[in-house]
Formats: sequence, C-alpha cells, structure tokens
Amino acid sequence: MSVTENSQPVIELSNIEKHFGAVIALAGVSFSVYPGECHCLLGDNGAGKSTFIKTMSGVHQPTSGTISMNGKQMHFSNPRQALEVGIATVYQDLAMIPLMSVTRNFWMGREPRKGLWPFSYFDFEKANSTTMTEMAKMGINLREPGQAVGTLSGGERQTVAIARAVYFGAKVLILDEPTSALGVRQTSNVLATVDKVRKSGVGVVFITHNVRHAMAVGDRFTVLNRGKTLGTAQRGDITAEQLQDMMAGGQEMADLEGSLGGTV
Amino acid sequence: MNTTTSDADAKSGPTDERLAKVSLAKTLLQRPEVGAIVGLIAVIIFFSVYADSRMFSLSGIMNFMEPAAQLGILAIAAALLMVGGEFDLSIGSMIAFAGIALGVPLVLWGWPLSLSILFAFGVAVVTGIMNGFIVLRSGLPSFIVTLAFLFILRGLTLVGLKEATGTTQLRGVKEAADDSWLMELFSGDAFEGLFSWLAQMGWIDTFKNGTPKVQGVPVEIIWFVVLAFAASWLLTKTRFGNWIFAVGGDPVAARNVGVPVTFVKITLFVLTAMSATLVATITVLEFGTADASRGLLKEFHAIIAAVIGGCLLTGGYGSAIGAMVGAIIFGMVQIGITYTNINLDWFQVFMGAILLIAVVLNNWVRKKAMSSS
Repeated sequence: MSVTENSQPVIELSNIEKHFGAVIALAGVSFSVYPGECHCLLGDNGAGKSTFIKTMSGVHQPTSGTISMNGKQMHFSNPRQALEVGIATVYQDLAMIPLMSVTRNFWMGREPRKGLWPFSYFDFEKANSTTMTEMAKMGINLREPGQAVGTLSGGERQTVAIARAVYFGAKVLILDEPTSALGVRQTSNVLATVDKVRKSGVGVVFITHNVRHAMAVGDRFTVLNRGKTLGTAQRGDITAEQLQDMMAGGQEMADLEGSLGGTV
Repeated sequence: MNTTTSDADAKSGPTDERLAKVSLAKTLLQRPEVGAIVGLIAVIIFFSVYADSRMFSLSGIMNFMEPAAQLGILAIAAALLMVGGEFDLSIGSMIAFAGIALGVPLVLWGWPLSLSILFAFGVAVVTGIMNGFIVLRSGLPSFIVTLAFLFILRGLTLVGLKEATGTTQLRGVKEAADDSWLMELFSGDAFEGLFSWLAQMGWIDTFKNGTPKVQGVPVEIIWFVVLAFAASWLLTKTRFGNWIFAVGGDPVAARNVGVPVTFVKITLFVLTAMSATLVATITVLEFGTADASRGLLKEFHAIIAAVIGGCLLTGGYGSAIGAMVGAIIFGMVQIGITYTNINLDWFQVFMGAILLIAVVLNNWVRKKAMSSS
C-alpha cells in the first residue's frame, strides 16, 4: 500500500457521466488506479460497472468528465487506442475463440510477423514459444500451443486472457467479473494470478459482486450504485459486511441476511 | 521454462496429470480438410470400380478437372468468406454480371482487352464492397443481403444485355480481343511445350499425326491450384488469416482485441466477387460470348464444395485446401457419372447426399476436437 501513497495514479477518471439517450448510466463517477494496486469495483447488477469499464477501455465515450493517464489527459475513440496506451480489458466472454488454438488466441489482433509485404507471414515459431513461456509464468503448463482454447477449463482460459493482456504491456488491467463463473479451486487460481500480475507493477481493476473475492486480493474498494460512487475505502478500513451492505443498499440486505442465517 | 516443443515440456516440466496425451488420430481429426480427403479417396475408389478406365486417363482427368477448377476458384473464395462467418449467394449471378462488365466495353465500346478486364474487376470490387457494407451496416444476415443481390445482379445482366444487343448474349468477344498475352493468361492451355515434348518421347497418348491428345493444362486448372495454395497460405500462415478465423469465430471478441472486423469482412466479400469475375473472364474468353444465364446455381455449388471441404456453416472453422478437394469431388462426380452406366440424373442426388454426410461429419469432428479427452 506504500505505492498508493507516494506515486501518481496510472489512470484517473474524474466525474465521468454517460448518458444513453434519456438513460443516465453513469452520473459522475471518479476512480483511480495506482501501479501495483488492485482496485476492486463492486456493485450489484445494473449499478453501471459494465458501462464504466467500457468507458475506461474506449468502447464508450464519456458524455462528460475526464480520463487521464499518468497525469496526461486522454481521449479514446475506440478500444484499440486505449489498448495502445496500455489499458487492457479481460471481458467476461474473455475475447477468446474456442475453436482457435491458444497461440492464435493469445496473439489475436497483434500477430508477430516475419518477412516482407506482401509475403509477410505469422511467425508461429516465436508465437508458440512465447505463449508456452508466458502461460508457464502464470502456472499453467499447456499440452501444446496448438491446443484449441475450447478444450481448456474456465480458469485456464481466464489465465490465457490475463497472460495475454500482461504480455502485451498492460499498465492497467481491467478484469470483468473474472471469478463469476468459476468453481472454488479455479477461483483461487485466478485470484493467485491477479496477485502475480499486481506484484509485477500493473494496476488491476477487479470488477466483482462477490465481496469475499474482492477482500482476498483488493487494496482499495469502490462501490457503485445506480450510476454513482458510494465511496472508496482502503483495505483494512472496511469489513466485508460493510461492503456487502453498501452494495446491496443497507437495511434490506441486513434483513435478508438475517433470514438466510448469514450465508450470503 | 524455455521449452519450445510439447514433447520436451511433457518430460521436463511439472505436467498436469489431467492433460492426456493426444493421439495421432485426434490430431488428424482437428484438421478441417481431413474429411474431404477421405471423401475424395472414397469417390476415386468408387469410380475406379464402376467407371470406364478412360476416366483416369490424362484426357479424362482434364475432363473433370476443368469444371472442378471453375467451381473451385469460386469455392476457395467462398470458403474464406465462410470461415469469416458470412455467405455470398450472389457469386453465381456475379459471373454473368462480370461477363457483361467485361464484354460490353470490349465489344461495344471498343476498349482494349486489358482495360476491359480491369473494368470488370473494378465492378467486382464495388459489388463486393456494397455486399459487405450493407451486411455490416444493417446487421442483417449475409444470406439475405446476398440473396437480394443474386436477383439484382442477374436481373441487371438481363436488362443490360437486352438493352445493348437485343438478345441475352453478347457475341464477338474473340474478334474484339487481340492482346495475345492476356488471352494466354485467361484462356487456352498452359505448358503446351512440355506436353508436345512428352508426346514426342511417347510418354503420353497422341493422335496419328503425332500431336498429343491433351495439348496442355487448361489455364483454369493452373489458376485453381495456385489460388488454392495461395488462399491456404493466407488463411493458415498470415496475420490476415488469423483475423479471418477470429471474425468468423466471434466478431465481438475479435473487435475487442483490436481486429478490424469490418475491413476483414468487406475484403472477403470483395474476394468472392473477384473470384466470380475471374471465372467470368475465363469463360467469356473461352466461349467468345457473354451470356446472361452463365453461372446459374454456382453459388450453391461453391458453398457445397466449401462445406465438403470442412467449413462450418457457423463460421470460424474451415480450410481452403478442403474447398479445393471439395470442388474436385464435385467435378469428379459430375463428370464421372458419364463414364458409368448410371443415369446422369442421379448426379444431384449424389451431391445432396454427399453434402448431408459432410455437414453431419463436420459437426461431429468439431465436437470431437473440442472435447478435452
């Protein structure tokens, strides 16, 4: 957490508003990420998490508000521009194509090439060996780089997507509910991967509605509700119960939790 | 960990006990064209048994390879487009349309052959862009958009030809075309010198006066084979090829990682229109006429060949070599039947059955390839 205090945020978004016609999806959200930090963005369904990260990664353009990286103001008109300056997003669908090999997926959109145009070709030798090495760094030993992604488990696919983003120089890594569809063991593998990524100095934005997963890796926590920030808390300043209450809107949740015997 | 081969990795690294070794059979099954090659072998065996032996003589082979090549040029481009997740039902009509786009400037406007060919390909580029643009902009299935163009292009060809000549045919192409090297490129035979040398050596059949019975390889076969390997290289070995798989597999995912989806798909539509124009150029120069009825049903034949070649109807999977083999199967069955005692009308029944088997097989193979054990 020392990083948080004495460095500049790698990305900072201030008063972001996003309107879709008459619908106000975001009503002034501010958010920042420091290098080497895992900043959890929590919120119930419909809170505006998706719209917010899509604004951060260039899919949507904010109606008002500013985005700056390392103090410099930025404007992204498409995801590619955001990607070029190091904002990488791992979406829930993972941007992985099951029928394609791990290597083809890993390099999709940024294929290494050899040879001169028009005879330049996909440098599979380099691509395959790099893919194997990068996956091994994340603790996954692939059978072969030509293996189709569809044959991997959910956690392994998640790891391919994260390894890909990190390898391509992500400074900010946005993870959109990476643990929502995973079993217990796969979840802990992914959380361990998040920890590895954070330690390498990348700023991680971790979107979830599972407070326990957030508490496991988060340095800071921001809760979104109805397009607004309910506040940002440091690790240690807030308990899981408080976060849960903020996400669900307080009282009702406490009642519900009582009736369910504290299992939620 | 610095291993580059999976073998070394399996021995040295800490392996996951859940990763079973892949069998050779399964590795083979993962290749989309394998089904087509097995099919080709089956068809060859069938005709070796039931057809006249002349079918597999040199002239017999040229006989079925010629229609296979014309279909194959279309099928290869159709296969790339199918891997990219779209269909083009307008390519059959495009053959006729490109035929008049070539014939009218050449015969009626007195343009040189080179400019007329350029003009026809220019028309193809515009048509391809239009197909692609409408599909991508409207978000409609390409099946519907290009079905509309199937009728529009065929109708325009009829209207244009009747306006220009009063009939549905435009004659006099050979008289108007004089650029010899371009004629060589798009019509007649290649390797004529080689074949007459082979004849002199007595290695191939000749007529009584010593000229070989097969004077060379028809140029469309050369185009077909060269394009098949070029397309296969493009699809499997280049960055653009990776993009084709990506936009066909999942366009949203592809866009999210920075693949220019619109550009890739429009390029593929342009390629199919250009392949139809190449076939048009070859047939117009071969027959010396442009005809409004040319290319009828070719769009379906091309898709059948691509599917036999292992393309999935859902996109994201397929092979150019497979489409090439699919077209050869098509030509072999079509022409091969004439070498047997079987009634020619059975051809369509055969092709329909082969198509059905191919689709079922493709789906099964894909499921197999995707299963983790």
